[in-house]
Parts: sequence; structure tokens; C-alpha cells
Amino acid sequence: MSHISPVLWQFLRHWLSSFPLWPPQASTIAPQMDALIFFLILISLVGLTLVILLIVGFSIRYRKERHPVAVQIEGSILLESTWTIIPLGLFLIAFVWGSLIYFRVYTPPANAMNIYVVGKQWMWKAEHPGGQHEIDALHIPVGRPIQLTLISQDVFHSFSIPAFRVKREAIPGRYTSVWFQATRVGTYHLFCTQYCGTNHSAMIGEIVAMSPDDYKKWVETSTSGHSLAQDGERLFASLSCNACHSGRADARGPDLANVFGSTLMLSTGDRVHVDEAYLREAILSPSEHITQGYAPIMPTYQGQISEDGVFALIEYIKSLNSNYRVDQTLTTTTLLPESEGSPQRPAPATAGKGAVKP
Amino acid sequence: MNYLSKENGILSWLLTGDHKRIAILYLVSITFFFFIGGALAGLIRLELLTPQSDLMAADTYNKVFSMHGLIMVFLFLVPSVPATIGNFCIPLMVGAKDLALPKINLLSWYLYVAGGVLMLYTMITGGVDTGWTFTTPLSTHYLNTHVISAGMTVFIAGFSSIFTGLNFIVTVHKMRAPGMTWFRLPLFVWSHYAASILMILGTPVLAITLVLVVLERVAGIGVFDPAKGGDPILFQHLFWFYSHPAVYIMILPGMGVISEVVSTFARKRVFGYTAVAFSSVAIAVFSFFVWEHHMFIMGVSNYSTLVFSLLTMLVAVPSAIKIFNWSFTLYQGSITFETPMLYTFGFMGLFTIGGLTGVFLGATGSDIHLTETYFIVAHFHFVMVGGMLMAFLSGIHFWWPKMTGRMYPEKISQLAALITFIGFNLTFFPQFILGMLGMPRRYAAYPPEFQTLNVFSTAGATVLGVGYLLPLLYLTWSLKYGEIAGDNPWQATGLEWQVQSPPLTENFPEIPIMDHEAYDYEWLERKNAKEVPSVG
Repeated sequence: MSHISPVLWQFLRHWLSSFPLWPPQASTIAPQMDALIFFLILISLVGLTLVILLIVGFSIRYRKERHPVAVQIEGSILLESTWTIIPLGLFLIAFVWGSLIYFRVYTPPANAMNIYVVGKQWMWKAEHPGGQHEIDALHIPVGRPIQLTLISQDVFHSFSIPAFRVKREAIPGRYTSVWFQATRVGTYHLFCTQYCGTNHSAMIGEIVAMSPDDYKKWVETSTSGHSLAQDGERLFASLSCNACHSGRADARGPDLANVFGSTLMLSTGDRVHVDEAYLREAILSPSEHITQGYAPIMPTYQGQISEDGVFALIEYIKSLNSNYRVDQTLTTTTLLPESEGSPQRPAPATAGKGAVKP
Repeated sequence: MNYLSKENGILSWLLTGDHKRIAILYLVSITFFFFIGGALAGLIRLELLTPQSDLMAADTYNKVFSMHGLIMVFLFLVPSVPATIGNFCIPLMVGAKDLALPKINLLSWYLYVAGGVLMLYTMITGGVDTGWTFTTPLSTHYLNTHVISAGMTVFIAGFSSIFTGLNFIVTVHKMRAPGMTWFRLPLFVWSHYAASILMILGTPVLAITLVLVVLERVAGIGVFDPAKGGDPILFQHLFWFYSHPAVYIMILPGMGVISEVVSTFARKRVFGYTAVAFSSVAIAVFSFFVWEHHMFIMGVSNYSTLVFSLLTMLVAVPSAIKIFNWSFTLYQGSITFETPMLYTFGFMGLFTIGGLTGVFLGATGSDIHLTETYFIVAHFHFVMVGGMLMAFLSGIHFWWPKMTGRMYPEKISQLAALITFIGFNLTFFPQFILGMLGMPRRYAAYPPEFQTLNVFSTAGATVLGVGYLLPLLYLTWSLKYGEIAGDNPWQATGLEWQVQSPPLTENFPEIPIMDHEAYDYEWLERKNAKEVPSVG
């Protein structure tokens, strides 16, 4: 091989040695996903081998020189049923197995830490509940379930982390969510996989999965000084939301304490479960989301609040929940520096009513 | 005297009502657009040779892949087999003098040309970068390229395919020769009939959707704009309601070619005729109810994905049935390996891979990881290029003697088939691995660790290019220098082979009477033995 031109040799060595065939497995779902994909590869190989063997075998055995006169055969119900039922069975296994994984990826556990992500041409902006902002990067601790609430500010984008085997479209006008739990410390690719215009291929970033200790350090050093809920609280006051949503008995708007996660009766008679997506809708087009017993007086905020602002408001409304606070205390706040605890936060439980000061 | 020599002059072609002449007009036009689309594919592969976006700017790259997709899907793949081989053969196969609506047939070609000219206008004046999928709100609000003319290209070309489908359906119902019952029809006709149903039911939805896109762009009506209360997901539903069946509009006619070729070169009736015929119909029916599998990660209801994933698994079964039935057609046959048969073997292998990798994407779980990556690019190129293009080339070689009266040169065309097969695998197989690694589609630049596989792919595309240029050259050469073919060089059983080559303008001097099953080689032997004068 030594007589190959050295430059070419170097190229070949470089290429053939840095030639990945399988992405890293860095999340809890990755091994499960790969098991399904291995099963599918296996049935594909068996199916393909069978077809090739049939074609090659019959071509050799029944080529004209060896088999000059064809024998006419109608068909065979038995054989045809076999190759109808066996593929169908295998495909149905793929269907069930695939659906199990799909529901797992798109059903976040209740204790997941929520991070908000906005996609826009051509960047990803992440908002952590602790108030950290990031662009084209996402720092997360390993070993903790992380939920992403995604939205796009303009066109369709898609948030893809191949090493975690997860992907979710970020859509204008509605929230989508996905969750994962990183298992290995490392830096992984973040891609936008939905074509979004000129710099689509530059809409990439890094997922930095860190050990809990490193993550704690990162949280401390990259804080913006106030949490997302505090940003929301400020916005809540500056938009005068608190004039009506005061929490008092005679208030013109419903009390927002403990509303997140509850089931509301609307004036239309529909029951809705209050989640992030519902809160967003209720803020931006309130006339379609009137809680029973209240007058439709809330103006629309469509076009007046940025997607980041809506995140902050939602996070604030969530922070009014006693349970949520307990969860946050258990899961998030321990990682935050003590000074970051919000002094403005209402006391849990009994302080629900009247928590929001006018 | 035949359909080619009967009249001369350009007007005799441009005003013809003869389905065979219209087929030739289509063949020339789609070949032209195939090579434009192919050149664009070459540019894509050249750009992807290196990780940086260096050969062209990102905007240019986006335009190149968009126009590659638009041209290949709407100006090549959709009309490829039906408008050329289907147009030529269906009246001959059912024993009719022409299609039921010859003027509509000519109109369909003019619409195709109008769409094509509009596409060329779009390209020359600066191109379009929507991708072939026209995703809103990108296409309606965020791009400053020729979205409207590109949309109208598809709209107009869509009507050409609606008219072709309409013509086939009417012809198969009303113009069959005496004795030509449904179950004596060649499977080629069955698969075209199924594809025609998809054309006339699916294409109008796409046409309306694109009109809405144009209206939204021009007048800001807001059907798909969330800021105005519209829903961009609605666009996805409407677009894929056509564009999934469109995949079968493209592949079903190719499957028809495979049935004819396998039977002819194995000298055997197709194994399980009824199963193959009904599997075409089953594909046509099921394919209308699987569109949401293009949207599994778009935030649709988790429960709705169960329905669409299950139906997707069901639509895979008829394709599996066909593959096995074709394989068993070889059993106890007397097989020869002329070029059409080689392309057919290529189709069977590559379509099997294309179909099975479709199961990866139909299963919702694995779809999350693999969709929107090079895996999906590889998957649909295995189906469309490995499947459909192989079937098209198989069919063109198979019916070339009938269309032109000349044989193509056998040795060099067998070589071309082999080159195409090798080039194809080298181009698209590495893309499965790239997709598994997570490389997104439609990227002008990519992380450097993906380079090796991209280099393989580009090298393969070069080989593939040679594989496609060869037939263009030797088929053109054969028009003048090819051997005289004779009426039935393959000793095939279809009615089209019982008439002279090239056929008369009116196909049959008198309407034939069909007194035997399709693929009845014993009938053909008896006929040859008695030296019964040909039907034609």
C-alpha cells in the first residue's frame, strides 16, 4: 500500500478511521429505540435475504438452458397466505413496539424539569426556569428527566438530538413537548431537522449533558439574576393582569393560584385540563377560553407578548401552585443558589387566595 | 405503414389524437426534465462532497434541492410510466383503437408542457426554495422566491395527470375488446387502473391546497397562518392527503411493468394473478388513509398516530405479496436475462429494501429518530429511483421494439443495467447510515464526521449518472441502427405483441377477440404452431 500517494493515503486513513456507523446512546430511551431498530433491521435482512435467495436460486435452477420448458402454475393459496400472514404479523409487532416507544417519548413524567425552547430563523433559544437563557445550546444534568416545551416564533422547525433518539417539531402558534433523560456526560449534536429557509443547516447547536455537580456550577455561573417566574411576575404586573386576576373574592378575573394542572369548567360547558398549551391559548385568545362564571372582558394579548414573555407568564402562573412549588423545591431549587429563592413567592397552601398583590 | 410513418410534419405530431404519438411526445418531454432534475441532483451531491457549504451559497443549495424534488416528482415520476408506456400500451392491451378521450389525452400533454415551461421560467428567473413540500408558513410568508409560479407548475401538471387517469379509467371500463374480461386484463392494466383512481381522487386536493397557498401569499387570507387564526398543521394534512397516495401513483404503474416483464422472461403466467391484481386495488384504497405518518412528530394526537401507524403497516402487506408472487413466478419457469429482466431484478431487490425501510418509518417509535434525516431520503429514493426508475427503464427497454420497431443493443444495455444497480446502491445505501447517525436532510453544510459516507454517496452518484446517460445514447442510436425487431421479439402474450411493430395508427385492422387468459403461453405456442396470422 505504501506506493499510494501519501496525500491520498492520509485521506483514506482519515476517512476510514473516522467513520461512525451508529450514534452514541446517551439517553434512557436510546437503548430501547435501538432495540426496536435492531429488530427492524433483522426482519429487513431476513426478508431481503429471502427475496435474493428466491431470485438467484430460481434464476440458476430454472434458467432456460437448464429448464427449457416452463411449467404453468396458477398460484397457491397456501403459499400466498403464508407470505401475507407472516409479514403482516411482523409488521404488527413493529406497530405495537413502535407505539410503546412513541408514547414513552411523548409522555413526560410528572417530575420532569421543564425547559422552554423557542425556535426562530435560525436559532434555538432555551429558557430555564431558574432564569438562565441560552442560544443554540442546552445544558442539562444527566440522570434527571427533562421536559422541553417547544414553540416556533416563525416557521416550522424541528428539535432533534440524535444521541438521545428524540425529535419534536417546533410549530408556530402551539406548544409541543418531548422529554428525555440523559445517561452519559458529553456534548451532543442539536439539529434543526425541518427545512426552515436559508440557514436551515446553520440552525444547529450543542446539547451539553453534565454531571449533577457540574450542572450545579453551571446554574450558578450562568444565572441572569432572576428566575423565569420572577420575569413573569414583573410582566404580569406591567400588563396589569393583576388588576383582574387579583385573587380576591370580588375579582373580575378568576384566581390563578392552583389553576395549573386543575380541570376548569368553561362558559361553553367544556371541561379542560389546564396545561402550558391551555394557558398560552387563554392568554392570547381569551374570548374563546372563558372560565364559567366570569364575563368575557379580557382583551387579547395576541401580538403583544413575545413567546418568551408567554413562557415567563406561564412559569409565573405555575409558581402560584402550592404543589408545583413543592415539586420545584424538591427538584429544582435545591440546585439553585439560595439567594435565587424568590422572596415574592406566596407561602404554600393557605396563602393561595389573595396571593397576587394588586 | 405504421403510426410513425403515416403522417409527417411537425403539425401531425402536435395535433395528433393517437395515443401512441402522444406517448412519444410525453417520452421526449419527461426525458428532458429527467436530465434537468438529474443535473440538479449532481449539483446536490457535489456540494455535499465537503462538509462546508462551499460550492454554492446556502440559498442556492436550497433552490437546487427544491427544484430537483419538484421536477423529479411532478414532471418525471408522476407521468413517467403512465403517460408514456401506459399511454402507449393500454389501448393495445385492452384491444382498443385508442384511449376513450383522445383530445383530452392531447390536452393532458399540453398541460404537462405548460407546467414544464412554467417550471423552466421559475428556474431561469431565480428559482424557488420551498422544497417540494411547500411547507407553510415558510412558503407563504417567509420566502421571496418564485413560490407562486412553482405552485402553479404543480397545479397545471396536476391537471395533466388527472386527465390521464380519467382517460385510463374510462378506457378500461368502456373500450375492452370482446372477451376481454376484467380477469383477463394484463396486470399492467390493473395497476394503472388503481393508480388512475388515486390520480383523479388525490390530485384535486393538492391543486386546491396550492391555490390556498398562493391566495395566502398574494391576499393574506390566513387559512394556514396561526397569527390570523389559521392552522399550519391543516396544510400538512391537506398536502400529505395527496402526497402519500402520490407515492403510489408513482410506484403502481411501475409494478405493472414488473408483472409483464417477469412473466415474459420466465415464460410463465404470473403466480397468483388474482392476488397481484387485488393487491394493486388494496394499495390504492389503503394509501388514502395513511397520510398522517408524515406528521408523527408534528404534535398530532398520540392516539391518532395509532390508527395511522396501523394502517401504514397494512398498506405494506400488498407490496410484500407482490414481491413474493413475482419471485415465485420464476419457480418452474424458463428464464432468460435480457435487459428488461435485469432491471426488473434490480427493482425487486431495491424495492424490497425501500419497502422494508418504510416499516421503520411507519412504526411511530423509530420514526421519531429516523424521520427528517437522510434515512428518509434513502428510503424514498430506494422506492422512487431504485423501484420506479428501474421499472421505467425495464419498461422502456421491454416495449422499445414495439414503440420504434427497432431492437436496442443487448450487451451494452445489460452493462448499463449493472452500472445503474451498482451506482444506485453506492449512492443511497450510505444515506441509511447517515440517517441513523442523525444527519438531517436538506442541509447544505454538515458536521465533518459525516463526510466519509457522503463521499461514497457522491461517488455512487457519478456512477449512476453514467448508468443513465448510456441508455439515452444507445436508445437514440438504435432508432436508426438498431436491428429490425419484428412483431413479437420476446414471444410475449399481450395483445400489443400480436400486432405489427410499430403498430398501425388504428392499432388493430379489426377489433380482436380475446379468447384466453392473460399470460397464456400455451395459447401463444398453439398460435405460433398453427402460424395463425397475427391479430393485427
